[in-house]
Amino acid sequence: MATPLLQVRDLTTRFRTDRGVVTAVDRVSCDLAGGETLAIVGESGSGKSVTALSILRLIPNPPGEIASGEILFDGKDLLRLDDAGIRSIRGNRIAMIFQEPMSSLNPALTIGRQVAEPINQHQRVPWKQAEEMAGELLARVRIPDARRRLSQYPHQFSGGMRQRVMIAMALACKPRLIIADEPTTALDVTVQAQVLDILKELTRETGASLILITHDLGVVARYADKVAVMYAGRIVESAPSRTLYGRPAHPYTRGLMASVPRLDSDTSQRLVPIDGQPPDLSSLPEGCSFAPRCSLAFERCRRERPVLEPVGPDHLKACFVDVID
Amino acid sequence: MSLIETMPRPAAAAIDHEAPPADPPSGQILRVEDLAVHFPVLSGAFIRRQVGAVKAVDGVSFSLRRGETLGLVGESGCGKSTTGLAILRMLDATRGRIFFEGEDVTHHDRSRLRGFRRNVQMVYQDPYGSLNPRMKVRDIIAEPLEVHGLAGSAAEMRERVERMLATVGLLPYMADRYPHEFSGGQRQRIGIARSLALEPRLLICDEPVSALDVSIQAQVVNLLMDLQHRLGLSYVFVAHDLAVVRHISDRIAVMYLGRIVEIAGRDDLYREPLHPYTQALLSAVPVADPVAEAERPRMVVSGEVPSAFNPPPGCRFHTRCPVAMPICREVDPPLAPLDDTRSVACHLHPAPG
Repeated sequence: MATPLLQVRDLTTRFRTDRGVVTAVDRVSCDLAGGETLAIVGESGSGKSVTALSILRLIPNPPGEIASGEILFDGKDLLRLDDAGIRSIRGNRIAMIFQEPMSSLNPALTIGRQVAEPINQHQRVPWKQAEEMAGELLARVRIPDARRRLSQYPHQFSGGMRQRVMIAMALACKPRLIIADEPTTALDVTVQAQVLDILKELTRETGASLILITHDLGVVARYADKVAVMYAGRIVESAPSRTLYGRPAHPYTRGLMASVPRLDSDTSQRLVPIDGQPPDLSSLPEGCSFAPRCSLAFERCRRERPVLEPVGPDHLKACFVDVID
Repeated sequence: MSLIETMPRPAAAAIDHEAPPADPPSGQILRVEDLAVHFPVLSGAFIRRQVGAVKAVDGVSFSLRRGETLGLVGESGCGKSTTGLAILRMLDATRGRIFFEGEDVTHHDRSRLRGFRRNVQMVYQDPYGSLNPRMKVRDIIAEPLEVHGLAGSAAEMRERVERMLATVGLLPYMADRYPHEFSGGQRQRIGIARSLALEPRLLICDEPVSALDVSIQAQVVNLLMDLQHRLGLSYVFVAHDLAVVRHISDRIAVMYLGRIVEIAGRDDLYREPLHPYTQALLSAVPVADPVAEAERPRMVVSGEVPSAFNPPPGCRFHTRCPVAMPICREVDPPLAPLDDTRSVACHLHPAPG
């Protein structure tokens, strides 16, 4: 098998807070092959966004710090690059799409200028030509009347159109990897479908890999090839999508699936909530972070921290309990 | 000349098959007739003139039986939250009437609204913004009782607050804590306890779980369903999450640009959506199952919701509708009853006969 495009090894990111040092990402490892879509799912505070920001070395320091680990992208460790080195990767080889397109766009610059900027900066294409390429990119993300809209400002675009602009910017330098952090959470569902369909289609066309960060299990099922489920800073389960949904192994994953109503679920069945409250990162238990909410937890779970171990082909879970189907 | 005066009045939607207001059929708790809420848009630097209106809600009619849950769904700007606020009389209706237990409350003055609001309460979306951070939980829950002069003695009040906490699954000692000491799910329970303090009969729930983490949403959904069963409550459940709405509602009204485009029993609506917008909406929601997802037919509508300031003529959905016909650009389809339980506003589904 060829070397994966991205290999994250034991990534740990910490933040200094008023309540002590918090480990937001705790020894996270994952691989991503060229052209693959990996979804990172988790609830707020699970560390999914911090993982993405760490890959791009966008953790503000202080208070944050990437404490340890390796991020091998195309064989190079991103954590060992100097500032110029990481800048030549960011927005160029690896592009990022954020949740809130309005706060990621400069309100005072035209859309054309903003889409052209990475082409001009990274590929040293003269502005005039870069703007022309920007027009083509806007057309590719199916913004109607793309050329005319180059001279407009972000406020003249709707939420869905702005997110298409972000996708156009992300694609501008033909990246090998796109990281999309909750790209459609702020959008209505019919617009979400349009935006994600475009993103998926364009990554397929260009062969780029995609990391899709989301809390929506439906979005994962529709768009991801493989999934990593995060809880309290750790990956608790990872598997190809069909395996994860068909045979979820970790009690948290199973709990999530039972607690979320689906359009095709049996409405006479009560939802089965996950007991208790989300974890407090500043005071995590010693063993498994999910143990306090887990109905299957036993003594070892409270004492010892489980590590990811294979339960099937490409299927890992961090749990001492043998789940019987 | 104001634009509003020249605006053609939409045909009064005829979805109600029930008796006139003077004699409400037993079991009907709420009826909304041709409700409209328009927000004036002013222009001019010195002389402010009304140049138009945002028609957030524009001719909405439905009824609710006692003990029933009606889901109001739609995307942002469809008017679902505004409809909820208008029912509570927190916004004034521009047109139409609201009947609660047979009584027309549309024009109640302040003193008569007090009695009405004992019976109709709201559960808000944001459990962080809707609780006063400087008040103890005890005072948050007791406040509506004090406002309505139902406080009684200190001991009675104490007992009542603790009973409310128990009702929503919280513990008595929590009464002396402040909101910031609670998680989102617990705060939403506090908000529900406050809404229930006056023993209302109807709750308007405005996106009550959408700010919560997914593992917590089920706790609050189950709580709301248990409370309904135990206390005989009726709900208007406003939400954008179609799976949550399906789980909790008996009937569902789908809204688009200030109108109901389809209203039907839960199972009918999800099994066989008739309005093209309902079909598009349901098709856009991904199902958490990659195998089913790969086989589901997809219907992707183009474009986004037009402005409610200047809605399209004819059917409001025609600009995005994949099956629009020439008539759709010109004639606004009324919400036509297909049978006793189902009405659709679409030229493809005219009323029988």
